[in-house]
Amino acid sequence: MSDWPILSIVTFLPLLGAVFILFVRGDQKTVARNSRQLALWTSIITFGLSLILISYFDTTTADFQYVEYVPWLSDYNIGYHLGVDGISIFFLLLTTFLIPICILASWDSIKDRVREFMIAFLIMETLVIGVFSSLDFIMFYIFFEGMLIPMYLIIGIWGGSRRVYSAFKFFLYTLVGSVLFLLAILWIYIEVGTTDIPTIMAYDFSSEAQIWLWLAMFASFAVKVPMWPFHTWLPDAHVEAPTSGSVILAGVLLKMGGYGFLRFSLPMLPEASHFFAPLVFALSVVAIIYTSLVALVQQDMKKLIAYSSVAHMGIVTIGIFSLNQQGIEGGIFQMLSHGIVSAALFLCVGVIYDRIHTREIAAYGGLVHRMPIYAFTFLIFTLASVGLPGTSGFVGEMLVFVGIFKANTWIAMLSLTGIILGAAYMLWLYRRIIFGELTKDNLKSIADLNLRELAIFIPLIGLALLMGIYPSPFLSVLHVSVENLLIQIGSTNDLTFFNADDHQLITRNFGSN
Amino acid sequence: MLLYILPIFLPLIGSAVAGLFGRFLSDRQAQLITCILMGASAVLAIVIFHNVIIDGEVQRIQLFEWIESGSFQVDWFIRVDELTAVMMFVVTSVSFLVHVYSIGYMSHDPHIPRFFSYLSLFTFFMLSLVTSDNFLQLFFGWEGVGLASYLLIGFWFKKPTANAAAIKAFVVNRVGDFGFALGILAIFLTFNSVSYETVFSAAPDLAGSDFEFLGHQFDILTVVCILLFVGAMGKSAQFLLHTWLPDAMEGPTPVSALIHAATMVTAGVFMVARCSPIFEYAPIALSVVTFFGATTAIFAATVALTQNDIKRVIAYSTCSQLGYMFFACGVSAYSAGIFHLTTHAFFKALLFLGSGAVIHAMSDEQDMRKMGGIWKSIPLTYSMMWVGSLALAGVPFFSGFFSKDIILESAFAADTGLGHYAFWLGILAAVLTALYSWRLIILTFHGKPRADKEVMAHVHESPPTMTIPLILLAIGAIASGYFLLPMVSEYHDFWGDSILILPQHHALHDAHYVDFWVKALPTIAGVIGISAAYYFYMLRPDLPSKISNKFRPLYLFSLNKWYVDEVYEYIFIRPAKYIGYGLWKQGDNALIDGIGPDGLASAAVAIAKRAIKLQSGYLYHYAFAMLVGLAVIVTWFLFSRT
Repeated sequence: MSDWPILSIVTFLPLLGAVFILFVRGDQKTVARNSRQLALWTSIITFGLSLILISYFDTTTADFQYVEYVPWLSDYNIGYHLGVDGISIFFLLLTTFLIPICILASWDSIKDRVREFMIAFLIMETLVIGVFSSLDFIMFYIFFEGMLIPMYLIIGIWGGSRRVYSAFKFFLYTLVGSVLFLLAILWIYIEVGTTDIPTIMAYDFSSEAQIWLWLAMFASFAVKVPMWPFHTWLPDAHVEAPTSGSVILAGVLLKMGGYGFLRFSLPMLPEASHFFAPLVFALSVVAIIYTSLVALVQQDMKKLIAYSSVAHMGIVTIGIFSLNQQGIEGGIFQMLSHGIVSAALFLCVGVIYDRIHTREIAAYGGLVHRMPIYAFTFLIFTLASVGLPGTSGFVGEMLVFVGIFKANTWIAMLSLTGIILGAAYMLWLYRRIIFGELTKDNLKSIADLNLRELAIFIPLIGLALLMGIYPSPFLSVLHVSVENLLIQIGSTNDLTFFNADDHQLITRNFGSN
Repeated sequence: MLLYILPIFLPLIGSAVAGLFGRFLSDRQAQLITCILMGASAVLAIVIFHNVIIDGEVQRIQLFEWIESGSFQVDWFIRVDELTAVMMFVVTSVSFLVHVYSIGYMSHDPHIPRFFSYLSLFTFFMLSLVTSDNFLQLFFGWEGVGLASYLLIGFWFKKPTANAAAIKAFVVNRVGDFGFALGILAIFLTFNSVSYETVFSAAPDLAGSDFEFLGHQFDILTVVCILLFVGAMGKSAQFLLHTWLPDAMEGPTPVSALIHAATMVTAGVFMVARCSPIFEYAPIALSVVTFFGATTAIFAATVALTQNDIKRVIAYSTCSQLGYMFFACGVSAYSAGIFHLTTHAFFKALLFLGSGAVIHAMSDEQDMRKMGGIWKSIPLTYSMMWVGSLALAGVPFFSGFFSKDIILESAFAADTGLGHYAFWLGILAAVLTALYSWRLIILTFHGKPRADKEVMAHVHESPPTMTIPLILLAIGAIASGYFLLPMVSEYHDFWGDSILILPQHHALHDAHYVDFWVKALPTIAGVIGISAAYYFYMLRPDLPSKISNKFRPLYLFSLNKWYVDEVYEYIFIRPAKYIGYGLWKQGDNALIDGIGPDGLASAAVAIAKRAIKLQSGYLYHYAFAMLVGLAVIVTWFLFSRT
C-alpha cells in the first residue's frame, strides 16, 4: 500500500470528478443526469478508498500515517505534506461518508444549474479532506479558507429567499477570524522558520507568544465552531442553505473549529490552553444554556436545529478544554456523533421541505398519519440528539461530562442542564411536526419516504445506533493519539481520588485536573 | 448462560418484529408473537428465580465492551442476583399478563402492532435496568424505560393532552436524571469505576471522607447518594418531581398498570435497594430518603381523596405507596421496601386493569361522577376491584397487609425522629388510603346510575383475555404476601449479598418485636378508613359535598394537587420561554448582530455616505482640504526636527 499516494488520491479524486463533470455535453436534461451520476459515483469511490485508509490504519502509534512529503517551496521550508493520525482520520471519513449522502439528498431538490452545483460540491469535498489531511500550515490555510468559497456559492446561489444576506454574513464572520489566523501563521513562520506542522508541534513557544497566538487562532476557530457569541451566522446560514448545504455545514464544517483546537491550539500552545480553559468553559456554558433557551422558542425547524447545534458544540469545546482523556475523546466522539445526527436531522427537515416547501413548524402536524416510516426515522435522530443511552449522542456527552466533572464540578453541573432543555425543545419540535391530528389540507396527500430517501437514512440510523451500543472500534482508534496529545499539553492522565486496583485511598488534590 | 440472556432479549425481538414488520403482519400475528415471547420470558424468569433464590446461584455474564476511555471502562454485563431475580419475576409476570389483557382492551385500536411493540420494548428496557451490573448500564435501562413510557403515554397521538403528558413525563424525568447523571459522575470520580462490585466493596473505606463539590467540602457518600436519590425521585414520582405521573394516565390503561404502577415507577426503589451498600454509609442521605418518602405518602393520599377521574385516584395512590417503599429504605428496611414493591405490583396492576375493565364497560368513561350502580352488571370486575382494594388497604391476610405492616413497624422500630415522622404519617396515610379506595368503589359501583341510558345499556363484562389476567393478578394480590414473607423474615437469608444492612441499623430486626398496638395500628387505620368511606358515601352521601363546601380552601388545595403544577408553570416554564424569546430577539438579533456583522455593515455604509459628501465637486473645497493637509504636514515636520 505504501507505494501508492493513497491520501493524495482520496483528497484529489473529487476534484478530478469535478473536472470530468465540466466536460459533460448534451442538452440540459442529459447534463443534469450525467452530472448527478458522475458526482455520486466519484464520491462513492472516494468513500470506498477512504475505507482502505481506516482498515490499514495502525492504532498502536500516535505518529502520522500515510505520510506524503514533497518539497514545494523548498527555499522557504514550505512543503506538500499530508498525513493522518487517530484524531483526523475520523473527520476525513465523516466527510467522505456524508458527501454521497448530500448528493443523493439533492438529487431531485436541485433543479437549476445541476452541473455547477455538483462541481461546487466535489470541489468542496477535496478542500475539506485537504483540511483534515494537510500537515503544512500554508496548505492547511489554503484548504481551510478555500472551502468557504464553494460553501458561499452553495448558499448564495441555491439557497432560500434571504440567501445573499446569509451568505455574506457567513463569509464576513469566518473571514474576520481567518485574517487573525493568517497573522498567527505568519508570525509562527518567522519565529520557527517553517510551516511544517509536526515541526511546529515540537517547538517551544514562549509564554507570552502563546497567549497572543492562542487568541489569534481562537478568533478563527471560535467562529467556525461556532462558540457564543460568534454564533449568529449559523442559524441564518442554515435557514437559507439548501438541504445538502445544511448537512455539510452541520456535519463537517462545524467540526473544523474543534479540529483546529485539537491540532493547533492544544499541542502547540499548551500553556495558553491551560490558561484560557476557563474562558472556553464560560463561553461554552453560556452557549449551552443560552442557545437551548433560544431553541425552545423557534418557529422555524432549521433554526431550531441550528441553535441546538450551537449547544451541542458547546459540549464539544468543554470536553476538549477539560484537558483529560475522557473529555477530549468525548469531545471528538461528540463531534462525530453530531456530524451524523445533526446532518440526519437536517435531512429530515429536507424531506418535508421538498414536499411542502416551508420550514415553519406551525405548517405541519400529524405527519405520523401519512408518514409512519418518516416518523420513526425522525424519532431515532431526535433521541440521538437528546443523548438517549444506546445512541451515539450519549457516549460523547457522557465522556465529556466525565472529563469536565474531574476538571470543574460547577461547569459540569451547569452544562448538564443542557440535557433537560435539549429534551424539552427536541421533543416539543417532534410533537408539533409529527403528532396531533392531520388537519391541514396540503398535508393530506403527503407521501412517506421513497427508496432514495430510505437509502440515505438507513446508513445514518445504523451508524447512530452502532456508535451508541458498540463505540469501542471508534474509541480505540482515538486512544493513542489522544494520549500523545495529553503528553504534549502536559496533562497527567486520570488523577482520581480512589485507585480501584488496589483499593487504597490516595489523597491527592484532584480538583486541579 | 443462555437462560439468563434470553429472558431479556426475547421481548426485544418481539418488539422489533412487531414494530418494524408490523405492516406485513396481521394484528393477530403481532399479538401472538409478542405475547408468546413475553410468556417464554416469564417462564424463564421463574426458572431463574428458582435457581437464584433456592439454589443461590448468582450470575455475572459479560457481553461486550461498551465505552472505554482511559480509566473509564464500562462493559455490557448481565448480573442476576437475588434482588434482580425478584425484579425479573415481577416485571416479566406482570408484563405478560398486561400483554394478554391488552389483546382484549386494545381490540378496537387501529395501531395494535405498534402498541405491542412498545410494550415489549418497555419490558426489554426494564429488564436491562434490573440486570445491570454498573451504573451506566443502569442509566441505559433507566432512560430506556423513560423512552418507552414517553411513547406509550403519547400512544394516542391525536390527543393533544396525551402528547403534552408524554413530553412532561420525559422532561420531568430528565430533571431527575440530571441529578442521577451527576451522581454517576461523582461515583466515577471517587471510585474510578462505575461497576457495582468495585464501588460497593470500596464504599466502607470512603465513609466519612470529604471531597470538593461546587466549591465546598462535602461528605462524598452523602453527596453521591442524594444525587442518585434525585434520579429516583423523578422516576418514582416522589414529591416535587411527581407531577408527571397523574398526567401519564392519558396513556392506555394497560400501560398505566404495567409502567406507571407495577414496574417502571418502582425503579427508584429498586435503585436505592441496589445501592444499599453505599446508602448504609450515608446516614444523612437515608434521612433525606425517609423524609421525602413519608411526605409523598401523605401528600399523594390527601390528593387522591378528592380526584374524580378513576385512574387519577389510583395514580395518586401509587405515588403514595411508593412513598411507603422509600421510607422503608430510608430506615434501612430495604427488603421491606422491595417486599411491598412486589405485592404492590400485583394489587396495583389488578386495580388498574380492573378500572380499565370498568372504563371498557362504561364506553371509555373515566369520570366517577358519571358512574355508579353498575356492580350487578359486572360482578367479576367488581369483586376484583374489592380484592385489589382490600390488599391496598392492608386488610389482614391480603398481601398488602404483610408488606405495609412490616414497613410501618420498621419505621417505628427505627426509633429516630424521622422514623416516627414516617410512622405517624404512614398511619394517617393508611386511613386515607382505605378511605379513598372505598370512595372509589362506592362511587364507581354503587348508588344510583349517573351515566346516560345508552351507556348503561352497554355495560358488559369484559372478554376472557381481560378477565383471566385479572383473576391471576387477584391470586397474586391475595397470596404473594404470604408466600413471599421470607423476604423480610429473620430466619431466612433471602437476599444473600444483594442487600447490605449494617448491624447498627436494626429497624427491620426490631420490627418483629414492637408492641402489639404498633402491629395492630395499621389494621385499625384501614378499618377506620373503610368505615368512614361507608358512612360518608353510602349512608350519608350528602355529607362529602357539605364538608367540601365548609372547608373550601382545603378542598381546593387537595383538588388542585397542592398547586404544584401551577407553581412550576410560573417559576420554570413561562420564564424559560420568556427568557428564550428575549435572548433570541434582544440578545442575538439586536445586540450581537447589531454590534457585529450588521453593525459593521451599516457603519461601512455610513462612512461611505459621508465620504461621498466630501466629493462635492467644488474646486475650492478640494483646494481648502489640500492646504489644511499641507499645513499639518509642515507643522509636523518642523516639530519633529526640533
